[in-house]
Amino acid sequence: MAATLAIAPERNDTAWPALRWAVARDVKLALRSRAELGVQLLFYVVVASLFPLATTPERSTLTLIGPGVLWVAALLASLLSLPRLFAADHADGTLEQIALSPYPLVALVGGKIVAHWLTTGLPLVVIAPLVGLQYALDEETLSVLAAALLIGTPILSLLGAIGAALTLGLRSSGGLVALLILPLYVPVLVFGAGAVEAARTGLGASAHLSLLGAGLLIACVGAPFAAAAAVRIALD
Amino acid sequence: MSRKEDGGGWGYNRHPMLEAKKLAARRGFSRLFTGLSFRVASGEALVVTGANGSGKTTLLRMLAGLTAPEAGEIQWHGKQVGSFDRELRAAVAFSGHLPALKDGLTAEENLASLVALEGSPASRDAIAHALDAVALSRQRNLPARVLSQGQRRRIGLARLSLAARPLWVLDEPLAALDAAGSALLARMVGRHLANGGVAVIATHAPLGLPESRLASLVLS
Repeated sequence: MAATLAIAPERNDTAWPALRWAVARDVKLALRSRAELGVQLLFYVVVASLFPLATTPERSTLTLIGPGVLWVAALLASLLSLPRLFAADHADGTLEQIALSPYPLVALVGGKIVAHWLTTGLPLVVIAPLVGLQYALDEETLSVLAAALLIGTPILSLLGAIGAALTLGLRSSGGLVALLILPLYVPVLVFGAGAVEAARTGLGASAHLSLLGAGLLIACVGAPFAAAAAVRIALD
Repeated sequence: MSRKEDGGGWGYNRHPMLEAKKLAARRGFSRLFTGLSFRVASGEALVVTGANGSGKTTLLRMLAGLTAPEAGEIQWHGKQVGSFDRELRAAVAFSGHLPALKDGLTAEENLASLVALEGSPASRDAIAHALDAVALSRQRNLPARVLSQGQRRRIGLARLSLAARPLWVLDEPLAALDAAGSALLARMVGRHLANGGVAVIATHAPLGLPESRLASLVLS
């Protein structure tokens, strides 16, 4: 019995340590290269600030376009950070070791996605209400914006992970990821910006937020498996 | 590991541990090899040699479970294993061309991270001891970025020594290692084989291991 276990360890109970390993390692690595995180955050602020400059300083127009602009900027900032997810690990051979680990690959990939969201999505949630002030949005609308981003940005990381894994090892992967993933981001954009718009017009955002939440649950269940499968294909 | 002593029940010495049956591989349109069969028994190392581009790396990636063979099968302990097979993943330590080190982490953190990924986290003392054994104790707090190629290779050796895996698949393990490093590798592989382990090693240079433990495979 003991010998059988030694030869084929039962690893069903190891999803949790695997997740922890991946989150801790990727967050640590991200904090060691804080400049990269800053670039992504600054990108968001700059893109979201271009629109008032390019259109009009008029209050009514800005509140009208604000929710959409803030969400499109979040989508673009998320795309900018996607190559970080797997490409570096692929280039230095860590991804091979991750795929050969006795831990379930889904849990390791899931941990990487969680770390990616903690270091790229969560800062957006925090800073978006500040950026939103330029669009003359009131307090309640801004809090709905933060809530919508809190539910929506993990979906962006989850879906983005599939695209990032599928384009591993390709030469122009950045542009291809955008083409591949942006269409999938559309529902998140529709319901995310819709929630903010509904809050602004006083309709109540709960329906939109519930749909976003449902999307998050579906993405949580499906995306790590798809990304893990794509990682294995990329290594073959 | 005490596998050999308590492992009589699963036939370490009766059956070949690693067996390839009529393996074939192709890269693009060119066929690298076909009908490749061999057995490696417990305590034996298979040394794979061959010209550049003859398929050594492809073969090793197949044996590690990273690449599915075009045809044929690989058996581990008499059971067929596919790519990314769970039993194979629990048994293999693969060291490829890429060092799997993070430039931003120190030598110690890199080693601890790799060993934890293999499911056998080691204490700080064990990590320090393993780094000491590969003569990196002075560099343990330096980021991997400033280490030389040979020193990076030595972190890989320390990882092998901590992992305690029965199957070692090493692709050009001597690359960038100095004479002392090569001798260290030879000692480590020797100890691994003496403990009943199996190794598959692609190399161009002689390893300095006793001939009796080596089987040779030449790809052409």
